[in-house]
Amino acid sequence: MSDKPMAPAIDGWHTMEVKPHLIGTRCKACGSYFFPKNNDYCRNPVCDSTDFDEVELSRTGNIWSYTNASYKPPAPFVAAEPFEPYTIAAVQLEKEQMVILGQAIQGIGCEDLKVGMPVELVLEPLHETDDDIKMTWKWKPAAQ
Amino acid sequence: MSNEIAILGAGMHPWGKWGHNFVQYGVAAAREALADAGVPWQDVKFVSGGATVRCGYPGYVAGATFAQALGWQGAEVNTSYAACASGSQALAAARNKILAGECDVALVVGADTTPKGFLAPAGGYRPEDPDWVRFYLGVTNPTYFGLYARRRMDVYGDTLEDFAAVKVKNSAIGSKNPRARYRKSFTAEEVAASAMVADPLRLMDICATSDGGAALIVSSLEYAEKIGKGDAPRVAAISTTTPTFASSVVEMPDMATDSAAAAGVEAHAFRSTLPLKAYEEAGIGPEDVDLAEVYDLSTALELDWIEDLRLAPRGEAAALLRAGDTAIGGKIPVNVSGGLACFGEAVPAQALAQVCELTWQLRGEAGDRQVKDAKVGITANQGLFGHGSSVIIKR
Ligand SMILES: [Zn+2]
Repeated sequence: MSDKPMAPAIDGWHTMEVKPHLIGTRCKACGSYFFPKNNDYCRNPVCDSTDFDEVELSRTGNIWSYTNASYKPPAPFVAAEPFEPYTIAAVQLEKEQMVILGQAIQGIGCEDLKVGMPVELVLEPLHETDDDIKMTWKWKPAAQ
Repeated sequence: MSNEIAILGAGMHPWGKWGHNFVQYGVAAAREALADAGVPWQDVKFVSGGATVRCGYPGYVAGATFAQALGWQGAEVNTSYAACASGSQALAAARNKILAGECDVALVVGADTTPKGFLAPAGGYRPEDPDWVRFYLGVTNPTYFGLYARRRMDVYGDTLEDFAAVKVKNSAIGSKNPRARYRKSFTAEEVAASAMVADPLRLMDICATSDGGAALIVSSLEYAEKIGKGDAPRVAAISTTTPTFASSVVEMPDMATDSAAAAGVEAHAFRSTLPLKAYEEAGIGPEDVDLAEVYDLSTALELDWIEDLRLAPRGEAAALLRAGDTAIGGKIPVNVSGGLACFGEAVPAQALAQVCELTWQLRGEAGDRQVKDAKVGITANQGLFGHGSSVIIKR
């Protein structure tokens, strides 16, 4: 990678710190979390709230399941040349009681993962443009 | 009052990669179903089309498209779009029309021509579109199937050999289905030698997309009686229920599930709640089912569906498979049509194709694929955003 500035691949979905958080919303009335952010109407059928707090979601969780991408996805995915397969994890967040998908960090394969394994959120490059390096959230096995 | 309707006729255009206009497949399927039913086209008073969504494609208005192609004769029309569950919703619309007494006979039809290459979202920067987001972040359709499959392995102890055995089973029986696209038996070694797509799933674990068309002629029980088909198979239940918040399984095209953090909210999986309404409506239980047609988008997903339909306890579908009980001649044959493994998915036609297979099975006309004494069959499929359909046919 070059010395271009870093920018989020999708604006406002996560913080840009070294120990980043995904940014969601939480219903002020019933406490349901939403990711990506939902500021319009609560989707809990017994709640008709339209008021939400923006919240940073837990940056650690446990693997619900995992897989990989052996083939290059179509656009808008921007693939490196040559294409490098990558791993994907679905992670259960305890406090939020929800599962969130994301790539696993580079260098981690399915053989390194197991259902229930603790992981933490980090940022890694997704792809590079003429102006900047687009960063996204990825799951990394937690340090023992 | 009975809420059953009769299936007078079934028809399909063979699945393949023919490259013709989808209307051609739908017309061929409709004409076969009409001939099978012995009902003149002019007697059909409602045309219910399963639609496909393509930019600028007339599949948007499937009901009128097929009514025009078969020759305008004044029938009312309906178009249903629910991704892979489109056919079941079109069938439900026809059932409602018949049970409301507004028509005696209806045609339900779905057909698709699959575009070449990947089904990719429109370009630009569109983070409000979940389909755009997931492709941008590298999450494709097989990603979801891979996640479900890998979870089965870690949680229930399923193996790669189990998944391959589903393909071997479905290809063996599907090779005898003249309407299937892939009519070749595969061995476990061939599955294992195919390219990895989404670990643990290989190319031969995942279904393709196909061209095809399927149609049903359905009627009131009185009409069936009147034309001497009082013993025709009946639609006993159609469930198109949505999940109950909080949906606990991450579903295409989303990047996250609902949150079950609020008080009084439990996490549910839609696939396991979908058949409950079907069983309740039909007044039967899983023990009454003789065969099932389930949506094997991947080999491992067939095992999930078997448990979701309660044909095996949670985590035990692979044991049923290993014992040969989901093959023809077993306790509960699954996908004796060959399933998506042999057909490939023709989205708006697929849910109807499942009902066509059950219709022929219950009439004892399935030839080499016949399940002995089949009286009750159930289907299951899924659309997008975690909804789907389940239909029960009985005779
Ligand atoms: Zn709420």
